[in-house]
Amino acid sequence: MTGFRWISLFQVLLLLALFAIWHILTRTEILPPFFFGEPLVVLEVIWEWFSGGRIYKHLAVTLIETILAFVIGTVAGLVVGLWLALSKTASQLLDPYIKAFNSMPRVILAPIFAVWFGLGIWSKVLLGVTLVFFIVFFSVYHGVREVNPVLVANARMLGASKRQLLRYVYVPSATAWVFSSLHAAVGMAFVGAVIGEYLGSAKGVGYLILQAEGVFDINTVFAGVLVLTVCALVLDRIVTIAERHLLRWRPGQMGSQS
Amino acid sequence: MTQTALRLDDITCTFPARGGSAYCAVANASLAVGEGEFVSLVGPTGCGKSTLLNVAAGLLTPSAGSVEVFGAALTGMNDQAGYLFQSDALFPWRTARENVMLGLELRGTPKRRAGQKADAWLERVHLAGHGDKYPHELSGGMRKRVALAQTLILDPKILLMDEPFSALDVQTRSLMENELLELWSQDRKSVVFVTHDLEEAISLSDRVVVLSAGPASHPVGEFPINLSRPRDVSEVRLTPQFLDLHRTIWDALKVEVQKTHAKESA
Ligand SMILES: Nc1ncnc2c1ncn2[C@@H]1O[C@H](COP(=O)(O)OP(=O)(O)O)[C@@H](O)[C@H]1O
Ligand SMILES: [Mg+2]
Repeated sequence: MTGFRWISLFQVLLLLALFAIWHILTRTEILPPFFFGEPLVVLEVIWEWFSGGRIYKHLAVTLIETILAFVIGTVAGLVVGLWLALSKTASQLLDPYIKAFNSMPRVILAPIFAVWFGLGIWSKVLLGVTLVFFIVFFSVYHGVREVNPVLVANARMLGASKRQLLRYVYVPSATAWVFSSLHAAVGMAFVGAVIGEYLGSAKGVGYLILQAEGVFDINTVFAGVLVLTVCALVLDRIVTIAERHLLRWRPGQMGSQS
Repeated sequence: MTQTALRLDDITCTFPARGGSAYCAVANASLAVGEGEFVSLVGPTGCGKSTLLNVAAGLLTPSAGSVEVFGAALTGMNDQAGYLFQSDALFPWRTARENVMLGLELRGTPKRRAGQKADAWLERVHLAGHGDKYPHELSGGMRKRVALAQTLILDPKILLMDEPFSALDVQTRSLMENELLELWSQDRKSVVFVTHDLEEAISLSDRVVVLSAGPASHPVGEFPINLSRPRDVSEVRLTPQFLDLHRTIWDALKVEVQKTHAKESA
């Protein structure tokens, strides 16, 4: 426990040190502040955003897009992953399409989505969904494929029907795989939202960043990146808490319960 | 003898092997297990013991031959049978109690009643107070006990056991063997017990069946074990009758084991 505290302390110190170095390098103009920004100004921008209330509208939009993309992409990935893993015909039929979609640089779709769905939130959500979906899909697909066949045999001997196998064996044993992918998925949902906003929107933190870039206000760009990073960390933390709760049966999870 | 609980008739199992050829693991194997009889299958590793058990369980459809359960032809799963697997088959995301009650839950028994029955079974296998632990928090012997309770709570008429104690240390093992005999003596299920340990087979069974080395494995010898019951598995091994039986059966088994060895070193 004390070891854990020390690590947290050093993590904070490291962060402060990085800010200090950034501050010194830009203040002494070893790094030109015009391109690298100034940490104190960046913090000031953030403070004004929150105290003046200007940020909330934009942050809310970005978070809604992110969460929608995360939830829709995850659910779709789960359902399709389970379906394809358990149906040989479907997986054989769709295999080349899945591979093609997955290897396609999907960020390129953003302008197309903007044309199809306009500049509102749905074009951003859809971009996020395409990113999140494949991460979750592949982990569910592998999770189900990796199910211990002895567990399946045992459940069948205990009287499980096909449907019960899904609920009592496949889904729980894929859960561990899914959670490992959800961390990556949270990040990707953010990427989808912000890139979408960046490429065309009237609201959102990505839009703020775009505007600031337009007038070479590098400090505001950094402020936006910082705010997004903190939000991503918070969402990741929520995933971790859910993971601890749902995967408490795993070896090595016991200590972290309290 | 009383009614036949399980009859394997002329079973052949062929698996597709690499290179498009086929591997015939079991050929023309027949076996009958009486109601309340404890039969052990012994044979060299890889001869097809698990395969036969899977056929009896309905988990594997034989390439040829038929299975009868209490006189009725088996199609699909054998719902009269419980199966104790060789490797760990507990559900790691369920506690010991939840594992034991799973079969009842699948049958739609209300959770409260299933839980009560599970607790009673945990007590019968000497695990009272461990119900809330997850499998990884239990020792190997405790996990086997949970697995036993998980199977027995459904009160199957036939019990199929695949080297259930092979992963346990010697002390735990004879403890478990005695507990198994104790549980079995209470309601005399028909048991098919697979092992590669001849001493274990003799000390537990009413009859020992020796399987030939693979491929095309089949029973090559049957030996009734008329040691008195109740037995203590470690004491019975010291009796002269046991040693006689051991010598006789080992003579038959040795030939098959040597065949397997010869093939493996070739
Ligand atoms: N699903 C399978 N596919 C291919 N070969 C198999 C399969 N199951 C078993 N075999 C082969 O059949 C033989 C008998 O296997 P098994 O019944 O597990 O042996 P035992 O339980 O006696 O050790 C082995 O040679 C094994 O490689
Ligand atoms: Mg085996």
